[in-house]
Amino acid sequence: MAEIRDLFGLELRVVNVGLESFAAVLDSLGVTVLHVQWVPPAGGDPERARRLALLDDEDGT
Amino acid sequence: MIVRTLIKRSFYQDSVALMGVARELRGGAGIQEAAALMGTPANRELMEQAGLLTAEAAAAGPNDLVVVVRADSETAADRALARAESLLTERRRRVEAAGRRLPRTLDSARRQLDGANLALISVPGPFAAAEARKALHRGLHVMLFSDNVTLEDEVALKRLAVERGLLLMGPDCGTAYLNGVPLGFANAVPRGRVGLVAASGTGLQQVVSLLAAGGEGVSQAIGVGGRDMSEPVGAAMTLAALDALGGDPGTELVVVVGKPPAPTVRARVEARLRTLGKPVVVAMLGRDVIPGRDGSLHTVTSLEDAAAAALALLARREHRTHSFAGVEDAARRIAERRHALAAGQIAVHGLFAGGTLAYEALLILEPLLGAVGGNLGGSVASPHRILDLGADDLTRGRAHPMLDATLRAEEIARAGKDPDVAVLLVDVVLGHGAAADPAGDIAPALEAAQANARANGRRLAVVASVVGTSADPQGLGRQVARLESAGAWVLASNAQAARAAAGIAGGPRVTEALLGGAAR
Amino acid sequence: MTIGEANGRALDRLTSAQPVLMDCVPARAALGLDERTVLHSGPPLPWERASPPVQAAVLCAIRYEGWAADDAAGRRLVESGRVSLKPCHHAGAAGPMTGIITASMPVFVVENRPLGNRAHATVNEGLGKVLRFGANDASVIARLGWLAREAGPVLGVALREAGGLDLRALMAQAIRMGDEMHQRNIAASALLARALLPHVARAVPDTGAVARIADFIAGNDQFFLNLAMAAAKAAADPCLEILGSTMVATMARNGTDFGVRVAGLGDRWFTAPVNTPEGLYFPGFTAADANPDMGDSAIVETVGLGAFAMAASPAVVRFVGAGGFRDAVRVTEEMAEITLGEHPHFRMPNLDDRGVPVGIDIRKVVETGVTPLINTGIAGRTPGTGQIGAGMVRAPLACFEQALDAFARLQGVA
Repeated sequence: MAEIRDLFGLELRVVNVGLESFAAVLDSLGVTVLHVQWVPPAGGDPERARRLALLDDEDGT
Repeated sequence: MIVRTLIKRSFYQDSVALMGVARELRGGAGIQEAAALMGTPANRELMEQAGLLTAEAAAAGPNDLVVVVRADSETAADRALARAESLLTERRRRVEAAGRRLPRTLDSARRQLDGANLALISVPGPFAAAEARKALHRGLHVMLFSDNVTLEDEVALKRLAVERGLLLMGPDCGTAYLNGVPLGFANAVPRGRVGLVAASGTGLQQVVSLLAAGGEGVSQAIGVGGRDMSEPVGAAMTLAALDALGGDPGTELVVVVGKPPAPTVRARVEARLRTLGKPVVVAMLGRDVIPGRDGSLHTVTSLEDAAAAALALLARREHRTHSFAGVEDAARRIAERRHALAAGQIAVHGLFAGGTLAYEALLILEPLLGAVGGNLGGSVASPHRILDLGADDLTRGRAHPMLDATLRAEEIARAGKDPDVAVLLVDVVLGHGAAADPAGDIAPALEAAQANARANGRRLAVVASVVGTSADPQGLGRQVARLESAGAWVLASNAQAARAAAGIAGGPRVTEALLGGAAR
Repeated sequence: MTIGEANGRALDRLTSAQPVLMDCVPARAALGLDERTVLHSGPPLPWERASPPVQAAVLCAIRYEGWAADDAAGRRLVESGRVSLKPCHHAGAAGPMTGIITASMPVFVVENRPLGNRAHATVNEGLGKVLRFGANDASVIARLGWLAREAGPVLGVALREAGGLDLRALMAQAIRMGDEMHQRNIAASALLARALLPHVARAVPDTGAVARIADFIAGNDQFFLNLAMAAAKAAADPCLEILGSTMVATMARNGTDFGVRVAGLGDRWFTAPVNTPEGLYFPGFTAADANPDMGDSAIVETVGLGAFAMAASPAVVRFVGAGGFRDAVRVTEEMAEITLGEHPHFRMPNLDDRGVPVGIDIRKVVETGVTPLINTGIAGRTPGTGQIGAGMVRAPLACFEQALDAFARLQGVA
């Protein structure tokens, strides 16, 4: 069973989703970070975005 | 007067980046006003209010980037739009020149970044829960910086996180430290023995900065968001974090920073604290908190005391609270400033970038000065005012005060003109992600306000604290010096600054209450 | 099963396909085509909405079959319903550009070994004035006649003699030689010729016929395109019954509409108006002369080839102006944003043998707004003009949005 504590011994490898400034700071500190060029899902259409969220991989028939 | 528009179709940039662009454009020669926004309905309304909603801007869609400038001349407008174009495409060019292609989704990011273990999510609120859920499903820990996440979503997300043994820090988690890495708006502090669980960003920043000043450091600092200890959420993340810190050999002492938990939650949290097997300092700021020691639990009533208690416990010496670091010096300065006040100058006006710092100041001022007004809840008729400038309604359509001093400068000017105001109380927050020179950003306004007061036969006392460390990019020493050269009295902590303000405005009775009797 | 699991199954089925070229026989037999049906590319298409090259090609095929003496009579047959139009995809076939198939045309038979399903495509006519670009004159009919009389039977005999040709291995090799199987099939065509002609030589006693088929194949750089399409369709079709999967199994255009079919949504077409390709034009032609996008050849992108494999075929990227290797890689990486995985068999030496991005996920398309890019020839709008250029075109986002909405309703999420 995974635990939060398992993270404590690892090198942090960050995926940054949102404000680019956060990734820039981490990068400047030598932290492994990859910035995601995030755009609002479904072109910002809230209904479709909601549907997309409910159709994530772990949901199913 | 020329108004010109630049539209970049299907070109998304985040709100902070865009505000930076707008600020740059506004600084251009001949530019009266500039806006850089995504073409969402809400933003179009903002543009309309600012008189910048051109026909092209009105026709833009939510995925289109809109830049509008109002300028003195065609040339100035052209120059500004060209600058906008180059600023906007600069990042893309830089990345592409480096040969890397930025992924568009969390999943393609994970394919590129083997072993990704943390998602730092700061997308707009309505989309944040879905991104967080995706990340948890993929087995990533999550720092959820975004606010405007519903309580319902928070409950579901934390349940999922606990099920998976993952962190969900937030929502509205602005600061955290994991494995020595500062995340979000965070100060440069050493690695050390203190583990923290914090419901607040600036609260955490104050405590760790003071720990660093005392020569100690942070093992892990886990943000849990402001609603974690509410009844619906049931302290889910707090309890999980405490378990993790309890079992972490790198953590010798735990500090909990937040507000008092909901009654139903309190017992569970306290029970976990007691069985942690490590000393715990509890700084849950509220009106009826009684400080003291109960076994391994040490309850304090200020952020400063939390750090002081932690330092004392680790050094195995006794911890005593003080009103001020140098009591005699403080007494002298308070008296100086009080005597210089004109008749009628009775009020403290606090203008804060940090919400928790504002709240802490309120809790300190109330018992000393009586009712305090402002925007921290409940309208109260009082000359005293504490404003949290980072509150939702004040940050709509504008950058947070930690990044942009415009609103604070306006409020400082207003205070300078107000004959009731005796003391201006401010916080200056340093660290990664904060503005490059927060002290310098408000110094001119502070100087002008004091000059204005003097010109009208008054003396405006300016009292400040700087939350930060010498290792911060802004440099604690440099920032303190800048404020002092602008006429501010800078104290070592937010709590001390609030007490100093109370002493100046409240008169001898208050000062005696503060200084008579060192240990509380 | 979860959506993730269903997609895993769909991707696995798609990428473990083993298309084998078995035979070449008249469409009448292979497709059960009757005497009054004309197959066309893309989703279902009413005659009145068809673009001029498609209409011209339909009328030409009707004359070729002898169902009408001239186009006016042919038009009356179609408008009265006595001749009906039907998508190739509904009859087990895929056709490039206008994609016209009628009963007496010879079609290649490709079998997907693991599952036994079959897909078919005509013999590519070559370049210039051909049926697939809407040319409609006697030379087209003469060539079609030769294909039916001689080329088809010769190819059939040779393939039966060979016992089938492994198309997957051939395509994997062609990709390593700079083909992407849509706009560039020259290596694949050469490999096919090498594999097939010895069998032609052995199985066909008439040396004249051997020479004619050898000349025909050697003179057509795009000969393999139709085979790539049949192979891709054979791989993708069996995915159409995997419930709960959001993987695209068909992309096709008919010059008017773009159609998408999804693994978990079966035979349903999700359509929207096609876009017009952007690219480079042959001398004398401009974008104003272009017909809107058409062809079943987008089935190639559906299995990770064509534009998706652009990094393996940098020469192709020049068809949208100045572009070098970096742009080609960028295209492949962009397509990787919307796909489920990498193909285990089709690998790109230019990218350290990474597999081509394959298995378009409608969720990712809608989420990111990144639509599949398709490499394509550009036909002239005026019938008989033929190919006027080559370029790239995007699948319309609306198809994927509609598909997603339908999928959501099916899942009880709406």
